Amino acid sequence: MSKSLLTLDGVGVTYDDKRVLHDLSFTLLEGEIGCLLGASGCGKTTALRAIAGFEPIRAGRIAINGDTVATVADHWPPQRRGVGMVFQDYALFPHLTVAGNVGFGMTGVASAARRRRVDELLEVVGLAGYADHYTHALSGGQQQRVALARALAPAPRLLLLDEPFSNLDVELRERLSQEVRDILKSRGMTALLVTHDQHEAFALADKIGVMEGGRLRQWDAAYALYHEPADRFVADFVGEGAFLPAEVVGPGELVFELGRRNCRAMQDCATGSKVQVLLRPDDVLHDDASTLQARVVKKAFRGAQFLYTLALPSGATVLSLVPSHHDHAIGESIGIRLEIDHVIAFT
Amino acid sequence: MDIDIPHTAPLPPTPRRLPRRLDEHALAWLVAAVTLVPLGVVLASLWQPEGEVWRHMAEFVLPQLLINTAWLIAGVAVGTLGLGVSLAWVTAIYDFPGRKHFAWALALPLAMPAYVLAFVQIGLYDFTGPLQSLIRDVAGDSSWFPSIRSRGGVILTLTLVLYPYVYLLARNAFLTQGRRALEAAASLGLSRRQGFWRVALPMARPWLVGGVSLALMECLADFGTVATFNYDTFTTAIYKAWFGLFNLTAASQLASLLVMAVLALALLEQRARGDKRYTATGRGAANRPERLPPWRGWLVAGACLLVLSLAFLVPMAQLLYWAWTVAAEQLDLRYMGFVGRSLVLSAGAAGVVVVLALVLAYAVRRKRDIASRLAARLATLGYAVPGTVLAVGVFIPLAWLDNHLITAAHALGWPGVSEVIKGTLLVMLLAYAARFLAVAFEPTQSAMQRITASQEEAAASMGLGRRAVLWRIHLPMLRGGLLTAALMVFVDVMKEMPITLMTRPFGWDTLAVRVFEMTSEGQWEMAALPSVAIVLAGLIPVILLAVQTERHA
Repeated sequence: MSKSLLTLDGVGVTYDDKRVLHDLSFTLLEGEIGCLLGASGCGKTTALRAIAGFEPIRAGRIAINGDTVATVADHWPPQRRGVGMVFQDYALFPHLTVAGNVGFGMTGVASAARRRRVDELLEVVGLAGYADHYTHALSGGQQQRVALARALAPAPRLLLLDEPFSNLDVELRERLSQEVRDILKSRGMTALLVTHDQHEAFALADKIGVMEGGRLRQWDAAYALYHEPADRFVADFVGEGAFLPAEVVGPGELVFELGRRNCRAMQDCATGSKVQVLLRPDDVLHDDASTLQARVVKKAFRGAQFLYTLALPSGATVLSLVPSHHDHAIGESIGIRLEIDHVIAFT
Repeated sequence: MDIDIPHTAPLPPTPRRLPRRLDEHALAWLVAAVTLVPLGVVLASLWQPEGEVWRHMAEFVLPQLLINTAWLIAGVAVGTLGLGVSLAWVTAIYDFPGRKHFAWALALPLAMPAYVLAFVQIGLYDFTGPLQSLIRDVAGDSSWFPSIRSRGGVILTLTLVLYPYVYLLARNAFLTQGRRALEAAASLGLSRRQGFWRVALPMARPWLVGGVSLALMECLADFGTVATFNYDTFTTAIYKAWFGLFNLTAASQLASLLVMAVLALALLEQRARGDKRYTATGRGAANRPERLPPWRGWLVAGACLLVLSLAFLVPMAQLLYWAWTVAAEQLDLRYMGFVGRSLVLSAGAAGVVVVLALVLAYAVRRKRDIASRLAARLATLGYAVPGTVLAVGVFIPLAWLDNHLITAAHALGWPGVSEVIKGTLLVMLLAYAARFLAVAFEPTQSAMQRITASQEEAAASMGLGRRAVLWRIHLPMLRGGLLTAALMVFVDVMKEMPITLMTRPFGWDTLAVRVFEMTSEGQWEMAALPSVAIVLAGLIPVILLAVQTERHA
């Protein structure tokens, strides 16, 4: 059982009398990569800056590796927290070379040892041979790597990444995010990143927190976030899906247009109450043998798959991901079947 | 001067109405000639040394001038850097009582011409001044008090007037590119103090070089302060050679030496401007300045207040007090004459200079080539050249022209003609134009750059010719920029001393001339009244500037 490296406990931040962060609590275990996911203005960057020590907190407690680094009364300055940070705009120092940037935070290290470590880190991020270049001559992806190497150089206990890939083009973003994950994992680094891109979050993080309006809606693994969202907001924000009306017919038992299912979350709901069932596109399978028929209203080609929008006899629509050799015309009726592990419903 | 051309499409071809000779290139170089001719004349005298004059100067004059100037430059460089950088650092990074007000107020000393502060300093701190009198009343003896009429006094005075150049640029650097970098440094384990030395300061280097070279250019150009302190430098030597010895050759040879030093500084400043482009790190972060603990906060506020008091508040109070004591007898028609001539000259010069700047900016925009940009760059070099030098450089060729005109007039049978150009305002206006063209060119050019090529193309597609585009598109859109330009030149001419002193026609005494005459006689109270008017005029652009920078910050 690894120990918890970063703990936020009821953290609140206020800007000029405006609360931008409410009651934020989560824990990151040693070696885990966490991610705060949300639209811009949801408070995720503020949370990161509070952890780094750039913002004082107005409520709660932040602990890093067992040290309480921030409470309302006590604020450790950033340099004491042992936290590395990769900035959205990289914030490289233009007056220093690549090696100068990477070695910058390694104070109290003999210059030969520092040089060795810089070279090793540049090797790791794939920039061996660039040590003496100036940073403004590098491409965006290369600057990103320098920023990562620089943040790793002082061997921080925790690495924070603020929208680290947002300034890169899509292709590079995917490649680099995989690379960064490999680097962090191979070094056993605990890291927390902030992004608005769920694909990036899924690709990189072990634990993801969905934020909205300064609050953390859910802190979970990607799989759980997708298949067992805690509330309607998370269900909408993460992935695609449709909601079907359903009725509670017994303890934890629901009936809706596509059948009768058990739903643990609805255990306490009174019989007869109306709820909404979440169906993800991968919950609805195409099956020619099925008696359940639905009409194609919309289709979107996704390469390997079609995303069909299907109308049920009642007029309600569901989404279905179907391998793309099943090419059906709009208006055609096709057989569908539900394959669903956890039924999720919201009142 | 920065004369970047926006990367926009070239203009559509328009029918040529002007004859080929008067195209934009010719216009641009004509404007540039206003600066280049005086500079060329002065520099040329370096290559035709007259043995006798040189020997005399090398033996009796130059050594002292060089020593004095070297001390002055070194002292002012150290002083403005220390004061400017530390004030910029605390007001940009920390929060302390009154920070917001200090941030703009610390630029106020820019409004006070150095020659005004000079005589106020002497009045305040000299043996008979209020401070030493007070010390004698309390302690009985003030002979230990350092003399203000000394090298240290000159350096202190010029530092107090010129530190805002460094302060404003350094603050801009710390605000725009310092904060994010400081956060990065903090995340790498550096304290604020270490971050200052290892990140903020090195990154601000181009701004600091720029600010210090501006301050030093002003310092080399200064005439009134050193004249008041009787501290001989090149500018006072040029003035003495001109008026005391009536020796134009000696004046222009001294001027040529000064020009070399000043052009070296101008080059340094332009290089610094170029370097700034590479040092922008990220967008301005949204973080607020760090609150200092109360006792340190009040200490910093006290230090800011001390500087502001020494450089502006106390001198201003003393100035107002003196002006008050003599106002009743001095505020007469004669004083109104000084005011009126100052206003007429400033307004006239502002008009001339803005037109020249507009022509230059327009030519650069139309041509977008190296030749026109070079013309603009050379034309705007005058901001670095001391007024004493320009006065000499403008006078010599005009005097030469005058002699030929007089000869011609005599030959044509008008024997009574003794001067045609020399005694007119033309000499003065040309010298002002050379000195202040850059001041007007910068806002004009930046207003011009906001007009896009597609706006011009839209006008052209609706059938407007080149001149119609100028009248109906350019001028209305440029109005704000041109007004700023005119205001800046107006105030600068109002404060200007050496050109006015050396080239004014008989009877054209202005406020600045009055200040000079009264300070040379040690009549501080009498000098105070015209000074107040000058300082008040000088406050206008400083306040505008302060408002502007705070809005951007």
